Amino acid sequence: MADQMADQAASQQTAVYVYEAPVRIWHWVNAFAIIALCVTGYFIGSPLSSVSGEASDHYVMGYMRFVHFAAAYIFIIGFVFRAYWAIVGNSHSREIYLPRIFSKDFWDELWHEIKWYSFLVDEPKKYTGHNPLAILAMHLMFVWGSIFMIISGLALYGEGAGMGSWQYQFFSSWLIPLMGQSQDVHTYHHLVMWLLIIFAIIHIYVAVREDIMSRQSIISSMISGWRLFKDNRPSND
Amino acid sequence: METFYDVMRRQGITRRSFLKYCSLTAAALGLGPSFAPKIAHAMETKERIPVLWLHGLECTCCSESFIRSAHPLAKDVVLSMLSLDYDDTIMAAAGHEAEAIIEEIVTKYKGKYLLAVEGNPPLNEDGMYCIIGGKPFTDQLTYASQHAKAIISWGSCASWGCVQAARPNPTRATPVHKVPGIGNKPIIKVPGCPPIAEVMTAVVTYILTFERFPELDRQGRPKMFYSQRIHDKCYRRPHFDAGQFVEKWDDEGAKKGYCLYKMGCKGPTTYNACSTVRWNGGLSFPIQAGHGCIGCSEDGFWDKGGFYDRLTDIHQFGIEANADEIGVGAATVVGAAAAAHAAVSAVKQARTKGDND
Repeated sequence: MADQMADQAASQQTAVYVYEAPVRIWHWVNAFAIIALCVTGYFIGSPLSSVSGEASDHYVMGYMRFVHFAAAYIFIIGFVFRAYWAIVGNSHSREIYLPRIFSKDFWDELWHEIKWYSFLVDEPKKYTGHNPLAILAMHLMFVWGSIFMIISGLALYGEGAGMGSWQYQFFSSWLIPLMGQSQDVHTYHHLVMWLLIIFAIIHIYVAVREDIMSRQSIISSMISGWRLFKDNRPSND
Repeated sequence: METFYDVMRRQGITRRSFLKYCSLTAAALGLGPSFAPKIAHAMETKERIPVLWLHGLECTCCSESFIRSAHPLAKDVVLSMLSLDYDDTIMAAAGHEAEAIIEEIVTKYKGKYLLAVEGNPPLNEDGMYCIIGGKPFTDQLTYASQHAKAIISWGSCASWGCVQAARPNPTRATPVHKVPGIGNKPIIKVPGCPPIAEVMTAVVTYILTFERFPELDRQGRPKMFYSQRIHDKCYRRPHFDAGQFVEKWDDEGAKKGYCLYKMGCKGPTTYNACSTVRWNGGLSFPIQAGHGCIGCSEDGFWDKGGFYDRLTDIHQFGIEANADEIGVGAATVVGAAAAAHAAVSAVKQARTKGDND
């Protein structure tokens, strides 16, 4: 009993500051932007039931599209800022942008993490930042998914903004012919929304699960920034 | 070769009126009085550009549309502006005589004539799916294009491929700009099935007047007609913004002229001038008639799912499903997997805890 208490005391001293304030603010702003984008985006593709009365009395689709575009700009500016922070921030802020795929440790730890999720090992390793499986999922699904959504989204926005707009010049003009036609860009924009939703499901599930079952704090870290370890044993133990 | 002056005289315009016209034109263009004789000289000496109008795999809807132009009237274009030397649909000659004209124009006006192509060549089986005058259309097209000044791709067939190039495209019907042997001739695309009559005559008029193409977009379409979507200038757009849609063909919304978005209208993804220029002399256009746009001026519009579906079916997965059906399916699988994983995790956690106690 005394040992356990000593352990706890020691582990709390080994807390590490992982998520700097800008990263945490970005994370939550981004999360709400994605929710707004998915909801409004879905209803742009499959609009709500028609409203009756004069057209001049309503602006349902107009507001729906406005929220979508406003949230999209928040998402884009946030993403660009986050990419900038990956350069100037601490080492953990780079993890999801530049996975350490050339390091053998990364693949060993990834294998270990897969075994942990397959219930083949009793205990996960300890990680200060993200575990390799999380890094890979965030890099492939979130980072590249977001880049695709930003480019295709701006291309679709450029169609409405017109041929003189920068959105059209820099995005619509080459992406639409590349993908076939406007309808194809809509379809893939829609499809990747579902990829991001699937990412969100996995992300939230494993965050909760890890918070309960892993050896470090997860959810509270994205609020406070501090990674707390539940035990004081070495990582590989 | 007939000059513009010859044509005007033939149409009954006196020399006096002609010179007046030249002075007025100079004034209208903001040029000094000394330019009037120069314009007269140009009109007297400049030859009308001969046009070869070839037909490949097509349905002649482009020609049908063209002859219905109201501004300018097709007859004015054909009789006074354009020297339409070969168009097998509307020409008087037939058979060998007609085919001889092609040869004559190509040799006589090397590098000077315009080649207008309606339809496209099928490349499979050495072009045997489209034979004109005993020879594959591919041969005729590549021969005529070699010495042309420029090429006009009429309609969606020549521009994108259209229905004969729709999946699985058994004859390998190929749009003009992708046909090997065309070289790098300047090509202007005037897509649509058919293109709007006034758009066709306007393009021809522009080229003949200025002897160059109007400004083109990245895909080779004239910006003046294809830079906006049907949706951007649709008169039903206020109903879209308000959220008022036709839900069924016979509902109240359909009677009131609500937006056809939910009925699969492709106006939001189609670049054309239908909602501004309209059809049949500006009388109407499909959306005004109560039917959604089918996107006929877009690349591969036959392969973008149903004309009445908002979301396009995706074929890559071996089944026909739209983005939502695929997305909900995948999200459900992942959600169920997460739930199952959570259950197993909980049992395992409970056991481990039990062991520790």
